Amino acid sequence: MSRTRRLENLLYIIPLGFLGLFFFYPLAAVVWEAFAPAGRLDLSPLFSLWREPYFRQALWFTLWQATLSTVLTLAVGMPAAYVVARYRFPGKSLLLALTTIPFVMPAIVVAAAFTALLGPRGWINSRLMSLFGLDAAPIRLQHTIWLILLVHVFYNTAVVVRLVGSFWANLDPSLPEAARVLGGSRFRAFREVTWPLLRPAVVSAGLLIFLFCFTSFAIIMILGGPRFATLEVEIYRQAVILFRLPQAAAISLAQMAITFVFMVLYTRVQARAAVTLNLRSSKETEQRPSGALQKALVIATIAGLVLFLATPLLALLSRSLAPGDPLRYYRELFVNRTGSIFYVPPAAAIRNSLFFASVTVVLASFIGATTAYLLARREDRWSRLLDPLVLLPLGTSAVTLGFGYILALGLPGFDLRRSWLLVPIAHTLVAFPFVVRAVLPGLRGLNPEWREAAAVLGASPWEVWREVEMPIVWRALLVGAVFAFTTSMGEFGATLFVARPELPTMPIVIFRLLGQPGPLNYGQALAMSTLLMLVCAAGFLLIERFRVGSLGEF
Amino acid sequence: MLLEVSHIFKSYPDLPVLHDVSLEAGPGEILCLLGPSGCGKSTLLRIIAGLETPDSGTVAFAGQDLASVPAHLRNFGLMFQDYALFPHRNVAENVAFGPRMRDWSRAETDARVREMLALVGLSGYETRSVTELSGGEQQRVALARSLAPDPRLLMLDEPLGALDRSLREQLMNDLRDILKGVGVTTLYVTHDQEEAFALADRVLIMQARLDQGEGGRVVQEGPPEAVYRHPATAYVARFLGFRNLFDGAVVEVNPGPPPRYVVDTPLGRLDVYDAVGAYAVGQRAAVLIRPEAADALPAGSAGQNNTLAGRLLSSSFRGSYFLVQTEHIGGVLTCEVPVTEADLPSPGQPLVLHLNPDAITLLEG
Repeated sequence: MSRTRRLENLLYIIPLGFLGLFFFYPLAAVVWEAFAPAGRLDLSPLFSLWREPYFRQALWFTLWQATLSTVLTLAVGMPAAYVVARYRFPGKSLLLALTTIPFVMPAIVVAAAFTALLGPRGWINSRLMSLFGLDAAPIRLQHTIWLILLVHVFYNTAVVVRLVGSFWANLDPSLPEAARVLGGSRFRAFREVTWPLLRPAVVSAGLLIFLFCFTSFAIIMILGGPRFATLEVEIYRQAVILFRLPQAAAISLAQMAITFVFMVLYTRVQARAAVTLNLRSSKETEQRPSGALQKALVIATIAGLVLFLATPLLALLSRSLAPGDPLRYYRELFVNRTGSIFYVPPAAAIRNSLFFASVTVVLASFIGATTAYLLARREDRWSRLLDPLVLLPLGTSAVTLGFGYILALGLPGFDLRRSWLLVPIAHTLVAFPFVVRAVLPGLRGLNPEWREAAAVLGASPWEVWREVEMPIVWRALLVGAVFAFTTSMGEFGATLFVARPELPTMPIVIFRLLGQPGPLNYGQALAMSTLLMLVCAAGFLLIERFRVGSLGEF
Repeated sequence: MLLEVSHIFKSYPDLPVLHDVSLEAGPGEILCLLGPSGCGKSTLLRIIAGLETPDSGTVAFAGQDLASVPAHLRNFGLMFQDYALFPHRNVAENVAFGPRMRDWSRAETDARVREMLALVGLSGYETRSVTELSGGEQQRVALARSLAPDPRLLMLDEPLGALDRSLREQLMNDLRDILKGVGVTTLYVTHDQEEAFALADRVLIMQARLDQGEGGRVVQEGPPEAVYRHPATAYVARFLGFRNLFDGAVVEVNPGPPPRYVVDTPLGRLDVYDAVGAYAVGQRAAVLIRPEAADALPAGSAGQNNTLAGRLLSSSFRGSYFLVQTEHIGGVLTCEVPVTEADLPSPGQPLVLHLNPDAITLLEG
């Protein structure tokens, strides 16, 4: 083996070492805790879990809310996907971008936005109260299942519109037309021709949405209140509030097992959906809406989507502005009132978040770019091993990861648990797969002959990277870096476990402020959420500006 | 000999690619590797360039074994079939790449770029974007780029393959002039016999026997005219486009010099005057009748040696000759016959051909 190849092999240490130390090791600690709390093999917490009512309730609740959310999202999203797939209209690309914005918003921001829209002090309630002169808020969705479902639908409609819509757009419209010519009604043509072709994409999207809702954390915590607990919430409660670590570990194990099953299902279906069946380009299949009915349908869909997706975020912005003195809540962020549970003004969290995000960007870009390089360049057994491993952190619940960190990373003399480093490390774990996904297509799209031509012309492997690959790939790298940044800014589940109390991040401050009574705290929470929303929206616009091609599949 | 390639073997899982290939090239020589797709010629170039490693065998240049020398240190030039120009750099930056990697000074590099572009006839194209160039222009830029760092050996992988016919003709002529002008040792890979013969000092014909589990090997080597006049085997003859190949057995030998043979073929007994090597009575060999061997005789002529009575199948006017297909007892002949229309009967009618023995040769089967 040549020397350069041997040196390249050393690069594998970076992603594999990082994953080994900060992913597998903490997870193993959780599993160990579940099987052998206090060091001895003791399966009783695991076995008794099934008998505990809180666990059964949490499991049942998690399953049915995820299922219902998925069904509702599909019901809302499919018509929108149809319109997006079939018709061409002005502003279509803008609409598509709009549908993705909720998805890149941190869950905490979305939760805050919906309280701002539908909460007791929310926009709709205030309007209705002033309009009809009511004393109490008429719409009481807070802490009900309906709000949770609504938010889940809001969050995941983008998945349906993008995933199913783009697949639908690529289907050959002459197939159902052939069915109609052969004598089938419109409905039958859909049921017997279009639907079977569409089914893999729909199932694929459905599974993805189910997984997201299954592991939903921030939304349940904030909007569900004490009555509702998913498995994620239970893990947090058992570990951090009740300090029953073995039980928390046992629940984590159960959750890992279930998500694993669904992820395997998802990859199976995804492979089937990826089979090309005489796909046409979407430009060919879309038509201008003709006739009043079609036009009305398009307009209604656009209006409905815009209304649904934009109003919560607009409500957040508007409610963060105090009546009479718009920037009052924002100024309050910088003040440390006595009696506050923080020793620092909430605005310090802004500085912390930015700092952690910057560190995350550096770490995630480095590890992500190295991983993408290895996956693109090498076709040996190590890269084949690395490929699926990279996606694992995305499918693991952040809460479980955070829990694993506090279990595992306290070695004597090297107690990372006390270190602020843990926060960017946790963020990097979640963020670097995004960097890989952004950079890898760019690298794979490189014609290998360019690298070979450069090598023969005298460029060493480092020079090949600098002269050929980097200039072409830096845009993808930028997109990945921005992804890492916004992911870090909005991360909540793992951060809740590993952040030191005197170094909170913005999501944590928002969470705590939302839990405090009083309009001042609530206003500050909304102000902070608005700031976070603006940062993520700016990041998203940057991504849209610089990415090449489609946003990529999930 | 400057370049010495010895006993190269290469195979991928389930696919043998090269079988015991050896070649040598002297300074300034243009060597052409000629063979059909799949005979491993491009792989051989890549091995010499250092982009792939052989399973066994050596590549040596100026006496130095290159096994431990990575591609970027060999100072060879390689021109790819689809040019592989860097899309994010303009013409001048592409051509300047090699000199830059070898740390030439800025002034030297600029001068060299101008010189190379002038050499390929693209002066003034420095700031053009490579993606906007035509196929012929891209090919010239690719050539300039590979010559710019003054390589010790230049390799070209089917450089004219992507161009249309008239462009190919024109570039074929220019290419040999440029290469000879620069004086660089060149390895040229193609499947087109015309290109090979127009450009090469020496031609190497490659054949892969995949049905026997063998990769490509060199089956004949020599100056283009020698290879054309005396293909070593029936395979080479067929590859070069010869169609009149028959099995034969030697019945008479006149040692000469030059040796002359009488050979028994399905078409009858033929005098063969143009054979290379010695054949003994009773030896089997392939008989190659060149297309220019035939003359048409008036119907009913008979008697002389090498006169074949047959039936005209088809004739097609080609300018200075007619391409004539005739059916005889024992086979079909395709010949270039210099006749006028008046002398040819209509298809289906009898036609007598006389075959000039100087244009018939013997080869291994």
